[in-house]
Amino acid sequence: MANIRELDVNGTRRRLDADAGRTLLSVLREDLDLTGTKYGCGEGQCAACTVLIDGQPARSCITTVGSVAGKRIVTIEGLAPEGKLHAVQEAFLEADAMQCGYCTSGMILEAVALLRSKPNPSDAEIVSGMNGHICRCGTYPRIVRAVHAATGKGGRA
Amino acid sequence: MRRRDFFAAMGGGIAVLLVEDASAQQRGGRGGRGGQMPQDVGAWLHIGEDGVVTAYTGKVEIGQNARTSLTAAVAEELSVPVASVRFIMGDTALTPFDGGTAGSQTTPNMWPQMRRAAATAREMLLDLAARKWNADRASISMANGRAASGSHTAGYGELTQGQKLVQTIAANMPLTPATEWKVAGTSVPKVTGREIVTGAHKYPSDIKRPGLLHGKILYPPQFGAKLASLDQSAAAAIPGVKVVREVLASPRAGFGGDVVGIVAPDSETASKALAALRAEWTPAAAQPSSDDVYAYFKQNAEGGPAAGAGLTTYTIAYIAHVPLEPRAALAEWNEGKLTVWTGTQSPFGVRRELTAQFQLPEESVHVIMPDMGSGYGGKHQGDAAMEAAILAKAAGRPVERNWTREEELTWAYFRPGAVIEVGGKANPDGAIAEWEFHNYNAGASALRTPYHVPNAREEYHGTKSPLRQGSYRCLAATANNFVRESYMDELAHSIGMDPLAFRLKNASNDDRLRAVMEAAAERFGWAKRKKTPNHGFGMAAGFEKGGHVATCAEISVTNGAVKVLRVVEAFECGAVVNPEHLRNQVEGAISMGLGGALFERVEFAGGKISSNRLSRYRVPRFADMPVIESVLVDRKDLVSAGAGECPIIGIAPAVGNAIFDATGQRVRSLPMAAQGLGRAAG
Repeated sequence: MANIRELDVNGTRRRLDADAGRTLLSVLREDLDLTGTKYGCGEGQCAACTVLIDGQPARSCITTVGSVAGKRIVTIEGLAPEGKLHAVQEAFLEADAMQCGYCTSGMILEAVALLRSKPNPSDAEIVSGMNGHICRCGTYPRIVRAVHAATGKGGRA
Repeated sequence: MRRRDFFAAMGGGIAVLLVEDASAQQRGGRGGRGGQMPQDVGAWLHIGEDGVVTAYTGKVEIGQNARTSLTAAVAEELSVPVASVRFIMGDTALTPFDGGTAGSQTTPNMWPQMRRAAATAREMLLDLAARKWNADRASISMANGRAASGSHTAGYGELTQGQKLVQTIAANMPLTPATEWKVAGTSVPKVTGREIVTGAHKYPSDIKRPGLLHGKILYPPQFGAKLASLDQSAAAAIPGVKVVREVLASPRAGFGGDVVGIVAPDSETASKALAALRAEWTPAAAQPSSDDVYAYFKQNAEGGPAAGAGLTTYTIAYIAHVPLEPRAALAEWNEGKLTVWTGTQSPFGVRRELTAQFQLPEESVHVIMPDMGSGYGGKHQGDAAMEAAILAKAAGRPVERNWTREEELTWAYFRPGAVIEVGGKANPDGAIAEWEFHNYNAGASALRTPYHVPNAREEYHGTKSPLRQGSYRCLAATANNFVRESYMDELAHSIGMDPLAFRLKNASNDDRLRAVMEAAAERFGWAKRKKTPNHGFGMAAGFEKGGHVATCAEISVTNGAVKVLRVVEAFECGAVVNPEHLRNQVEGAISMGLGGALFERVEFAGGKISSNRLSRYRVPRFADMPVIESVLVDRKDLVSAGAGECPIIGIAPAVGNAIFDATGQRVRSLPMAAQGLGRAAG
């Protein structure tokens, strides 16, 4: 399979040399040192590895790097580029919507995408939009609260 | 560590060492000039000439927010801003020895120790200021990291300049009462929150080192299978791949002692090489399955099964911790010395495993524990660290060994399964007249009933476990409390008494237990609950690890499917250290406990686990969540206890009792509704 030489990550063209069949997750973490994207299951069941591809949430553990060449990839590291937190990041802090925090980057990116497609989601819409994500510490009610709190302020990225 | 080594590492300033043994205080004494540092230090704290406050503890941060609560403790007693305190945790070269972060012990033990260390440092700074200004100690005020008296003012760092003072203090020094706390007792935000929401925090699996390689280990296809032969030629032929063979000094249950590993330049090449190994295995003897393990527990009970007649049998499935970050380690060797970064609740225990394997003195093994992606009692052993260290030694380069989810769901250890037999009798007035309780396999935590029962017979029976088992959040209390509180409900119904009134009557000897029951019942509206078809209400209570808990649940049942609608839990663990983080723990424990209550179960047969992926092992998700309300009972007059465990023990029995209320069906096994309720209920 052909090798991928360049990726558009967080608004920057990153040079690399990766087999196109490798997972986006391993390339982000091992080749580009973007470790904010987490491994949780390797089968798209926990969504800890979620990134945005052209604005849409995707499970990077089951996405090949070959399929995203030329597309805009946003990881958690790209959400607050100038150090100013995104409204969703602020809302997670405000609601104390984490314990160990390992699921948090995936949760935040999913919430950013959700709020862009549904700027004023109901509880039920948040639950169905976020249900692919696992928080083993069980902070789900706080995450729902954080997504509500960020309503109307989200949409960037 | 020698005193001069300490200051060489730390720079000048002042240090406070806290020792468990009061006689060591006299030996150490003030100043401790040139002498050896005490050996039994529980905590220490340093204030540098630059004013930086650094505190050290062997405890670790795994999501329970110990880093934040301990930081608040230092800020409280030292009168410094929270942001000026740095905490070094779980680092075997820098922090005092610690037996492990477990048993909800950080708050009752380490928290007061850090407060005492900080309070002593504050007194030392007061002395320095008084001498510097020739001022009366009483005239000096301390706030925001500065001392002031009249026209004089100085930062703490300035006061320590030119000093190399060490004070050793005893663990029993008195402390500021909770009623006078200013920072402790408030909702100090998570101190690493910003690093987490920006993805900047480095978890154990995120650590990188120059020249890093990736490791894999060949596991048997079945617990207990032995390696008969290995053809490694195809794997070794892959460019960049090295095959490693080693023998464990202490064989691991189910795995044995033969280590076959792979190192490769990236994780995918390592996986390919692992798949290219051609191994033949000698199968293990017959092993029980997840369906017939309960009979196996009783058949293999030490001293034979108890001979209680007419007892009611409950069963508890093995469940998995499923920390979202699987076990992870990175090992690096340098001139015969080993450094390992790994996710563990016991960095010093991991060091012990490594020194035994490699025949090294303690000072040659350095274990560092970056705040990790949770544990729940499931990460005490150093399996990943051991594997990484073996691979790195053979490769001569740093090696990362991050477990896959399948490995985590197969080769970690589990919360024990159990058979529990219970019997009892209630008098018509509600007093419990007889009580008998036998736990096979799970353990003795919360074995004893907190209710007043004359002549109770309560026994734990050790037996054989076909799976590797170990600690889990609140240990066997999840099992024992489920059965006791379910059976309490059975007894209440046997005499037609309200389950709350029945518990209150029998808890006459425990005001704290009564208080949480009353608090939960009031918020829930227990007295005003209205039964409608397929709708039920249940409650449960318990005591464990210094915490008292009462839980009320409302559920509905539709075509056998149980939906938990609303949960109210009252929790009391002495003086509240951080209200928002305590609520978070209570809510999280309820969420996690719902999984074990309703659907989590490790499935196995013939030494193989089939629930080895998240697509085959269901954990609670957003859609499973009820409305959760926590009621904190703040007892400022009582010592603060831990809160990471006890709040999990109320949800399963409360839901079970609600299922009975809704359907008349008593479910006597955990999980209660993996495929919906057994019979057509609701």
